[in-house]
Amino acid sequence: MQLRQDIDHFIAAGDAAAASRLLAELWRREPGPAVAAFVTSRYEKLRGTIPFTAHRLAVLRSFTLEPVVPLIRAAAFVTGIDLTVHLCDFNAYPQEILDAASSLYSFAPETAILAVQTRDVAPELWDGYADLSPESIVASVTRVIGSFQSWIKAFRQQSSANLIVHTLESPPTPSLGVLDAQSEASQSASIRQINDGLRAARREHRGVFLLDYDSLIGRHGFAHWHDEKKWLTARMPIAAGHLMHLAHEWLRFLVPLTGQTAKALVVDLDNTLWGGVIGEDGMNGIRLGPEYPGAAYQALQRALLDVHRRGILLAVCSKNNPADAMEAIEKHPGMLLKPEHFAAIRINWGDKHQNLREIAAELNIGTDALAFLDDNPVERAQVRAALPEATVIDLPADPSGFATALRDSPVFERLTLSQEDRLRTALYATEQQRSRAEQDFTSKEDFFRSLEQEVEIATVEPATLARVSQLTQKTNQFNLTTQRYSEQQITEMASRPAWQVLSLRVRDRFGDHGLVGVAITHDDGSACEIDTFLLSCRVIGRTVETAFLSHLAEHARARGLKSLRGWFLPTKKNSPAKNFYAQHGFTQESANGDGSLWALDLQNNIACPDWVKLRVPAGEKR
Amino acid sequence: MTATVFERVRVIASDVFGLPSEEILATSSPENVDAWDSTQHLNFVLALEETFQLQLSPDEMEKIRTVSDAATLIGEKLRAANG
Repeated sequence: MQLRQDIDHFIAAGDAAAASRLLAELWRREPGPAVAAFVTSRYEKLRGTIPFTAHRLAVLRSFTLEPVVPLIRAAAFVTGIDLTVHLCDFNAYPQEILDAASSLYSFAPETAILAVQTRDVAPELWDGYADLSPESIVASVTRVIGSFQSWIKAFRQQSSANLIVHTLESPPTPSLGVLDAQSEASQSASIRQINDGLRAARREHRGVFLLDYDSLIGRHGFAHWHDEKKWLTARMPIAAGHLMHLAHEWLRFLVPLTGQTAKALVVDLDNTLWGGVIGEDGMNGIRLGPEYPGAAYQALQRALLDVHRRGILLAVCSKNNPADAMEAIEKHPGMLLKPEHFAAIRINWGDKHQNLREIAAELNIGTDALAFLDDNPVERAQVRAALPEATVIDLPADPSGFATALRDSPVFERLTLSQEDRLRTALYATEQQRSRAEQDFTSKEDFFRSLEQEVEIATVEPATLARVSQLTQKTNQFNLTTQRYSEQQITEMASRPAWQVLSLRVRDRFGDHGLVGVAITHDDGSACEIDTFLLSCRVIGRTVETAFLSHLAEHARARGLKSLRGWFLPTKKNSPAKNFYAQHGFTQESANGDGSLWALDLQNNIACPDWVKLRVPAGEKR
Repeated sequence: MTATVFERVRVIASDVFGLPSEEILATSSPENVDAWDSTQHLNFVLALEETFQLQLSPDEMEKIRTVSDAATLIGEKLRAANG
């Protein structure tokens, strides 16, 4: 009760940051139906003072999900997402999907979830399985896959929203008993076939994702997950204690879909990556290896490697003597993580939040893109207070729970993995060489020349679509308008006449940066309007942005247009792009509360820097 | 013990129905609390189940007509569970 009173006190006093911190604390302590309504109502009062990402979620369902709504809204608020949820009518999902005038489409969701149970969509495979002939089993499987295919297709025709489809769950005890596993016409195998069919259907569309409902139930145990009484009385099959787990699983999708993901994970060393204190216990005393208790720390390191393989940078922040700690990282035989896995290392006796700020600056990311992992609750509390925008992962007291705590966090989820994500850590390593190279040059021009930069500009195509959309979702700093686009929206824009969606790839003598820039323009009368212009922070300030803009101007001129125009819409993060248009000879035409509109008369030229080699593949449209 | 249970039920009701806890009385019911509809009744029951780590049967769900009913029922179930 004290915590709630404090929260209301801080809200009344106008201290939104403190209120928000305590709300998150309350939710961490007691996540569940009892607290959800309180948490949501208080966060709603903080709208306008705390920057939430608004998102519209529709839920199509064949069973009662009303009680999950307050949970997902509270959990989303804690993650920085202000979720508006529309629950479609009970069991009305086929009509809702097929009818263009339904409440689903008039709600205009950004994401929709299709949550249908096996027993509802394929009752004969759930209840009457033993009665089915082999032919009718095949017919059922084909019918159900066909239904899902037509729903997904119809949804995609009506909406460009993301669609998350629950896969079908297997019955806890098959009709045939243990014989099911021996049988060629196994009940669980039939349901797996439907799920395989869903996987194939997913690949035919953009922005359709599967939620593995069977494995979600399996993680928590069907016997605990399912509540037969509530199912029979309220058509609510999920036990009260597990509603939270479904909400959390949904959040794992919503976090990457709204760009709330962490880009780097900063880890402590002593009692986090290994047991014990290296400065006191020494190389032979710390606990790290395949046997208990060292095995718990290896399990955490394995989870960290998994996160790393998704393209998330790892960094070290530890209070230690650098020589002791580095020796353990480099030479301890139990270490699964090696020095090359860390993109930044801070081992000193300074405050962790200060070190985290330095790490963010070194990695060229915002502190809101940092996650922090530390066994010490005091350090966690200090980082939470100093950097409320960062994600602090709570660890249990028992190290055998560390790996699970990390794997449970939604901020490391990715829905697509681009080549750039896989290469990222290698790129950061070459970036370090590049920084060193920069110091050797006295003039910037000499440095730029030495980079031997090569820029390739191309129209978006199926192979680059995911990355282009990802860049619009993730790029915050050098982004003139910060428009977020899904893959479907990009496809739709690229198909419109007079619109161009261009991608930019950069190579230099240190390596391939991959696809790092996006521009979206459309011709309007005699002007070429820039809808989106962004560059990944990795290549800012190396004049490739000038080369990119020069290309836009030259091509607009070639199409007979008179001017190139674009908005700068300021956000908390995009000050690096603030003077971009002014620096390139644009004049400000107008301004309003959202931003300023800039234009360049195309009688003027934007020179492409002579040290950037511009390549435009043949066949590009002009 | 019962007073404590009542106070805890009152906090849950206040959260679920979106009213200050001093406005939640023993006699609060769907008749005098606007937000107490069938959906919120289910949410209320789930919150009780989760908070007190117990399960309510369909009959018990039906029997809860006031906050006081809920507190009495929870109190009885807790005593039964603790022998």
